Amino acid sequence: MATVRVVLPYQLYTLAHSAAELELEIADTVTLAAVLDALETAWPMLTGAVRDRVTGRRRPLVRFYACQDDLSNLAPDIPLPDDLAAGREPLLVVGAIAGG
Amino acid sequence: MSHIRVLVGTRKGAFILTSDAARRDWRVSGPFFGGWEIFHIAGSPANPDRLYASQTSSWFGQVIQRSDDGGASWNPVGNDFRYAGDPGTHLYYDGSSKPWAFKRVWHLEPSPTDPDTVYAGVEDAALFRSTDGGASWQELPALRAQQGAKWMPGAGGMCLHTLLLDPVNPARMYVAISAAGAFRSDDAGASWKPITRGLHSQYIPEPEAEIGHCVQRIAMHPTRPQTLFMQKHWDVMRSDDAGDSWVEVSGNLPSDFGFAMAVHAHEPDTLYVVPIQSDSEHYPPEGKLRVYRSQTGGRTWDALTDGLPQQHCYVNVLRDAMAVDTLDACGVYFGTTGGQVYVSPDAGDHWQAIVRDLPAGLSVSVQTLP
Repeated sequence: MATVRVVLPYQLYTLAHSAAELELEIADTVTLAAVLDALETAWPMLTGAVRDRVTGRRRPLVRFYACQDDLSNLAPDIPLPDDLAAGREPLLVVGAIAGG
Repeated sequence: MSHIRVLVGTRKGAFILTSDAARRDWRVSGPFFGGWEIFHIAGSPANPDRLYASQTSSWFGQVIQRSDDGGASWNPVGNDFRYAGDPGTHLYYDGSSKPWAFKRVWHLEPSPTDPDTVYAGVEDAALFRSTDGGASWQELPALRAQQGAKWMPGAGGMCLHTLLLDPVNPARMYVAISAAGAFRSDDAGASWKPITRGLHSQYIPEPEAEIGHCVQRIAMHPTRPQTLFMQKHWDVMRSDDAGDSWVEVSGNLPSDFGFAMAVHAHEPDTLYVVPIQSDSEHYPPEGKLRVYRSQTGGRTWDALTDGLPQQHCYVNVLRDAMAVDTLDACGVYFGTTGGQVYVSPDAGDHWQAIVRDLPAGLSVSVQTLP
């Protein structure tokens, strides 16, 4: 069991009525899909807000960063970096800089 | 003693404005849902403390929020809007066909009798209904079967932005869609028909086509639901046969382009519009913010200016941003893209700004509370 840290942007943690940084328990390999599954299970109001609820694709203006890398286009079933899986670094969910 | 609650949706959050019946001193609450676009907030006529809000974002998608205490607290409910079956395609600007794709909820219309039943008009244009307080949503697909493959978006998106429920005949409802036109159902949404006879739109290939008119708003008075008023892209129209035919009543308006429209709470032939310069210039003619009132059901209009800026004013008033209360002296309200919300407590004769510096206004609805 891994404990993963996730940092949400303002709009999402206020939507979830949660803290900005969350901890999620991941039973299997720590991948983007596993983290988002756990996120949406714990905070169902975020379902559809980060990734499309039907296709599972990341919403176009949402980005994922961790360990100084842009993970936005990582395949959802690829293991995430060890430092993230070990809880030493958080997964940053970021709203892209766009619009007004 | 009666009081008033004004629900304001803006580009960056929601605000609730409250006053006693005098409508002079206002309390401003908000922002709620800061940073999100709030396309519409509506209260249930059956339970005025039940509010629904459409919260949306290009980044994070659609959320429906519900309050059960008049807006003091909110909780997200369902945001799963799936078209029924294979959604098919509609026309796009370049003449190609594009698959239907849900983008956002433009308008929420609670049932007059059941607080848990609420309708949602969405982009890409379709009508959804929830019967469990917004937890789940089901499409009424017969609407898109009404020549949906011919529908095309307007510049603001292909949105179902107006839904009127007939207060006398519960099976009858009307919708308006930019830029597909207007439709009526006489069987609670099981089937629909276009109601566009008499409309003339010079900007579409066939100006009198059944489908393709850019209807901005439809309004009715609850005691005379056979009579409808329409603010079209250009032209103000009237129908006295539930939309089966329309006649133009633009009369002496300085421009018959516009978005917003409302009918007086107690006078079925008194209606309000806000003329806008043109479809290219979305601001009032001559830089003067004027509400025009007709007390003859159209054709003859008077400018209402007392308390409104009469120089250098270049705001817009969007289609869901005008409403009335039902106090004896009917109050009229509208919000602007400049962030002002105006009230007239005397049916339009005098105006004052409740607030002046909100984010750009998208919608205004009003509750008259006991």
